[in-house]
This record gives sequence, C-alpha cells and structure tokens, in this order.
Amino acid sequence: MKLGLVIDLDVCVGCHGCAVSCKQWNTSGMTGALTDYNPYGQDPSGVWFNRIRSYEVGDYPNNKTINFPMSCMHCEQADCVDVCPTGASYKRVEDGIVLVDQDKCMGCNYCSWACPYGARELDRSTGTMKKCTLCLDRIYDERLEEVDRQPSCVITCPAHARHFGDFDDPDSNVSKLVRERGGYQLMPELGYSPTNRYLPPRVTRLIPTEDVSKKSLISSVKEWVNKMVER
Amino acid sequence: MHPAFSVIGFTVASGAGYGLFILLVLAEVYGFADIDVPVALSSGLLALVLISGGLLSSTLHLANPKNAWRAFFRFRTSWLSREGVFAVLFYPAALLYLIGVYVNDAQPNGLVSFVGLSAVVIALATVFSTGMIYGCLKTIRQWNTALTPTNYILLALATGSVLLVMILAFADKDINAMAGIAIALLALGAIAKAIYYFWVRTVTGPTINTATGFTRAKVRLLDTGHTAGTFLTQEFGYQAPMSLLTQLRVVVFALGFAVPAALLAFMILGLPSGLVALVGVVAMFAGIAAERWLFFAEARHVINLYHGAQHT
Repeated sequence: MKLGLVIDLDVCVGCHGCAVSCKQWNTSGMTGALTDYNPYGQDPSGVWFNRIRSYEVGDYPNNKTINFPMSCMHCEQADCVDVCPTGASYKRVEDGIVLVDQDKCMGCNYCSWACPYGARELDRSTGTMKKCTLCLDRIYDERLEEVDRQPSCVITCPAHARHFGDFDDPDSNVSKLVRERGGYQLMPELGYSPTNRYLPPRVTRLIPTEDVSKKSLISSVKEWVNKMVER
Repeated sequence: MHPAFSVIGFTVASGAGYGLFILLVLAEVYGFADIDVPVALSSGLLALVLISGGLLSSTLHLANPKNAWRAFFRFRTSWLSREGVFAVLFYPAALLYLIGVYVNDAQPNGLVSFVGLSAVVIALATVFSTGMIYGCLKTIRQWNTALTPTNYILLALATGSVLLVMILAFADKDINAMAGIAIALLALGAIAKAIYYFWVRTVTGPTINTATGFTRAKVRLLDTGHTAGTFLTQEFGYQAPMSLLTQLRVVVFALGFAVPAALLAFMILGLPSGLVALVGVVAMFAGIAAERWLFFAEARHVINLYHGAQHT
C-alpha cells in the first residue's frame, strides 16, 4: 500500500481550513501537542503540519493566483529517514507513511535539513521533530464510520481540493485523478519521488479584465475630492 | 542556513584536533619532525582537548540531548551516526598510541606505528563523515558536492599542521620540514576553497518553477500564509548581506591562509619563535571560523523557493 494525498490546485481557495483542522486533530493525537509560541502576542508562531502559500503564476493579463497547500509528501526515497542518526524517523513498510518516534528523537534538525518540502518542524517545547502523520490514528480507527477514516485535512476541505487514497491501487480515486488530470510531483529532479501529487489548474477561457467601463465624469470628480480632502 | 555557533565551533575545533593528531602520528612514524615524548604528549593532549571540546559543543544544538546516546545506531544510512561512531572509536586508538609512544620513549616501533596509523585512518574517516553530513544533502546545492568533504579534510590537515609547527617551535625543535608541509597544506586548502567559491556561483538545480510545478510561466510569491516567523524561516531563511559575504571571503583568504603561511615562511627563513607561530594559529582560527560561518550563511535550502526565492 502507498497511501498519500492528491491536492487539486484548481479548486483550492486558500482558506487554511485543512491546516486548522490538522492542527486541531493532531494536537491531541499521537504526536501532539503542536505547541503555539506567543499565541496572543505580537508574533504568534507554532508547529503546523500543513502550510498554505499563495503564488502568482504568469504575467498580467494571463496571470493566475494559485493557493498551494503543502504537507509531508511521504516520499518513496525519504532522505529524512536515511539521515536520522537515532532511528526516530522511519517509513512504515506496510503503507509508506513516514513518522517520527517522539521517544527516540534528539532534536538535531538533520531530517528537516534533508526535507525539500519543509514538512518537518521542531517543537521547541518538547525538543522533538513533528510532522504530518497522514492522521494515522484516524484512518485506521475502526470505531469511526468508513467515510470518516480519512485524514482530517481531506474531510475538512470545503472545496474538496484534497483526496486521500492508495496510489498502489490503479482503481483508487487518487490513481484515477492523477491519470485523468495529469497529477505531478514537486521537484522531481531531486529524486525523492514524493507520493503526494498535485493536480494543475484546468485550462479555461480567460476572463477579460481590460474592458472594464471607463470612469464617468462624476466618479472622476468624486475620486479627486477624496484624494484632496484630509481625514 | 542559519549559522549555529555550536556547530561552527565544533567543526573548526575538532577538525583541527584530528588534523593535529594525524600529522603528529605521520611525523613520528615517518620521522619528518623531531617528535620526542613531551612534544607527542602535548600535541596528543591538545588534539584530544580540541576534539572533545568540539564534540561537546556539537551537542549544544540538540533540542533534546537526553536522546543523544541513540545517535550511534544508524551507522548504515546516516553520516551523522557514522561520524559519532568513528569519533568514539578514535579515542581508544589515540590513547593507546600515546601510551605506546610514552612507554617506548618515542622510538620507532612497529606495533605503536600500527596503532597510530589506525588512529589516523579513523580520524580521516571522522572528518570525512563530518563533511558528508553536509555533502549528502540534495536539498542544499552549495553543499551537495565532493568539494565539501574535500574542504573539511584539507582544512583539518592544514589547521592541525600549523598547530604542530607551533608546538615544535615552543619545544625548540627544528620546524623546517613541518612548516614546509603546513605551507603546502594551507596552499592546497586555499586552492580548494577558491575552486569552491567559483563553483558555487553557478546556479543549478531546482527553481521556484520546478518547486511548484509551473514550469511554463513566471512564478512569484504572493503570500507565505503566516504572519510571524516559523521554524522554516528561522532555520532556513537566514540571509546575510552580499557585501558582508564578500568581505568575509577576503578575511578567509587573508587570515585563514595567507597570514599563517607567511609567518611560517618567516620561521623557515630563521625566525623560529613559538610566539610567531601562535600569532599564525590565532589568525588561522579566525579565518577558518569565518570560512565555516560563510559555509553555513551562503548555503540556501530549497525550502526558500517556496518562500519566494527564484533559485537557490
């Protein structure tokens, strides 16, 4: 089995819902708590398994905003596992999930250096490395309904931009999506062979932005007055 | 990369310690310097102090040092683990050698030489592993090169050789051969470093385009998704001003290589004072510390691509 995520960049709206639900689930899960530093202060920071960044792709007027959620890719060639000197970082043979044994980690940061995707973050309060578990304690929980046995981020996503499944099974939903939509890996040239795939935005008709109607005289005067008046 | 002073101190000090021990053994076994018992013991002790101090300093950057003892068990895959194992193996070999030299009154002896040369091999393996800790990371193109372990080994030997010349000078021994070797090693180190600085200017590897998969258009960062710094920005986002980097390169070549080599040359020409050598050692350590700081400060992790860098 090769469990992983497919993230549809065409429909991600950048709401950070996956990140928040991930934080909520995993902070009480097997690698929790995910410490927050200075949560009510000037510079709130903390440990997150999921981070969403936004990019502008292309030049105006052919540009597009892409919201880009990233978590652990559960790479097939996981250097984070190889470089770990204590054996705390390991990849499960049965389903390919990469995990950190919190009881063995010595907090040397070496695995985070080896990870090109920024999937690992040191928790300064415990001194151990934390990372996405693919909600291991959820996807195998038989007390949950079948539909709920999915990572928290996948269930939460209001746009259905995230899909979870087994990449080894050619008939799984994730394999089909990758086939149909041209799902790709990030930085394949580094050779980590990440399991997670990204679906590129669909090609659509451009929405014209240049034929916005010209300003009327009255709106120009209003604009000028607004600039002149000190408030 | 954020330059951690514990790691800079560790690599410079333990590198010099291993280099000093290697040259001590080679000088004693092959007789290119007058090594008697006091010289051997003081060099050996200085080497062990530098190595141990460095190794202890390296544990300072661990966030959870109580698990540090586990770091010896992943010898098969992790260079960090290999370095730890070799570092531990070095001690018995080094101590046995020093005891052998003491008992044997620094006379040539097959068994002592064998133990000493074994310690040399382990020391070289340790320094090579230190270099490979950085050299094996595909995520940092400035480190992922054979030049990295080469640099670590050459600088360890160069710093160690200058230390040995200093000890010989303080012990009123003939320093000519050792100083000549030290100058040669400094020159080799400087050449390797210069090659590295030229090599590192060529941009290769991942760009923001391959990082995001959008390879047919320009990609710009709009929003990082967080209001304050994160672990990723603190660990990998370090950026020093270009002017500082260029100035430090001058410091590396001037203090790290040119000044100690010039002082050693004066000593060969007839100024065999321990103090001159000490000045050379101090200058060299300042230069090599700057070199190590630059090694970290100039390294750009690919995660910076996701934070808006166009290339690493």
